[in-house]
Amino acid sequence: MQQAPANRVEGFAAPAEREIWRILADVPDPEIPVLSVVELGIIRHVRVADNGRVTVGVSPTYTGCPATEVIARSIETRLEAEGYEHSKVEQVLSPPWTSDWLTESGRAKLKEYGIAPPAQSVSNPKHLFREPKVACPRCSSLQTSKQSEFASTPCKALYRCSSCLEPFEYFKCI
Amino acid sequence: MSAVATTVTAASTDLRFRYALHLGDTSLILAQRLGEWVGHAPALEEDLALANIALDLLGQARHLLSYAGEIEGKGRSEDDLAFLRDPSDFSNLALVEQPNVDFGHTLVRQFLIDAWQLELFECLQGSSEPRFAELAAKALKETRYHYRFSSGWMVRLGDGTEESHKRVQAGLDALWKFTGELFAPGAVDEEAAAAGLGPDPASLRAAWNANVEQVLAEATLKKPADVSYRWYGKRQQHSEHLSHLLAEMQFMQRTYPGAQW
Repeated sequence: MQQAPANRVEGFAAPAEREIWRILADVPDPEIPVLSVVELGIIRHVRVADNGRVTVGVSPTYTGCPATEVIARSIETRLEAEGYEHSKVEQVLSPPWTSDWLTESGRAKLKEYGIAPPAQSVSNPKHLFREPKVACPRCSSLQTSKQSEFASTPCKALYRCSSCLEPFEYFKCI
Repeated sequence: MSAVATTVTAASTDLRFRYALHLGDTSLILAQRLGEWVGHAPALEEDLALANIALDLLGQARHLLSYAGEIEGKGRSEDDLAFLRDPSDFSNLALVEQPNVDFGHTLVRQFLIDAWQLELFECLQGSSEPRFAELAAKALKETRYHYRFSSGWMVRLGDGTEESHKRVQAGLDALWKFTGELFAPGAVDEEAAAAGLGPDPASLRAAWNANVEQVLAEATLKKPADVSYRWYGKRQQHSEHLSHLLAEMQFMQRTYPGAQW
């Protein structure tokens, strides 16, 4: 599985930047609020300039994700509340975000929330033409079937479990 | 990747602007057409799917039109370019402006364009302009999902009931004449290819054909004969449908200039 650059950077960040990472770990994704923006893997870099001004690089999950602007505003608002004024969020398109960058804790929280986490790594793009086995987040059964390629947001597909008969959403591999 | 010219002549600002508009307009107009389905699709799942695909396309359009506005340097925003240009300033492919008829017809249009975008974005990743290359890498991942959706439906409907087969075949017969333009020379994409900005449109044809023929065969659909094309959206020569689409899409900004919410 690809390692998220964000996580790599976080481990070696300077204290001032590590503090920003700590704050961001508490900023929820507006559409899946159990996940923080860090767990979603969309924070690409944090920079603190000599004058104290903070810049955060954020990748959109999908090109047209309407949450992108809400996320930028909530990061700026949160940083301001923590005393970092005039922080700036910049969009990072390359390399494109991948579901491989969801953190382990993020995946666990998704499952607990009732959304099946991505079933495999996307390191091999061929995966898109093979259907992964998706486990039901409620009963863990693999007897599930896809109802629709798209669900309430672009990042999820709609599935149904044949064991517990419940419908559920699946966070797609991309 | 090899489709992008290796001998790169510096692409002029004007060419980058026009190429961004061509790609952006194609995504924008298709997004608008798909948006018309919201609340009207045959099932909730398909309603969501079409809206989500529209959203991805709109995302592409926003990046491309914002970039076009930046390099033009006249202070025009993505919104200005989307809402305040006339039909004769749009350079989207004529295929995407064709009106919705029924779900089968819409799926055919989507499938034909998805198969084209698959090849386009694959090659555009090698663009000499990083902004195009970055967007292509991002959009390609989404397009693979769109293609999986639309090609899957082509097979289900084509190889489905007598009625569904008839409708998809009718859609294919009606829309096929607009596919010639995808690969035709003499427009901005050919100039862009010469400057290393993007792939030569003609070079995308073989792979597109192979994909399309394979799916049509599986869907028991008959590939229509190629005809000469009269519609040249990428040279701003549009069918009458674009004006109607824009009249609706641009209504608010035209009526209340500068309105924001």
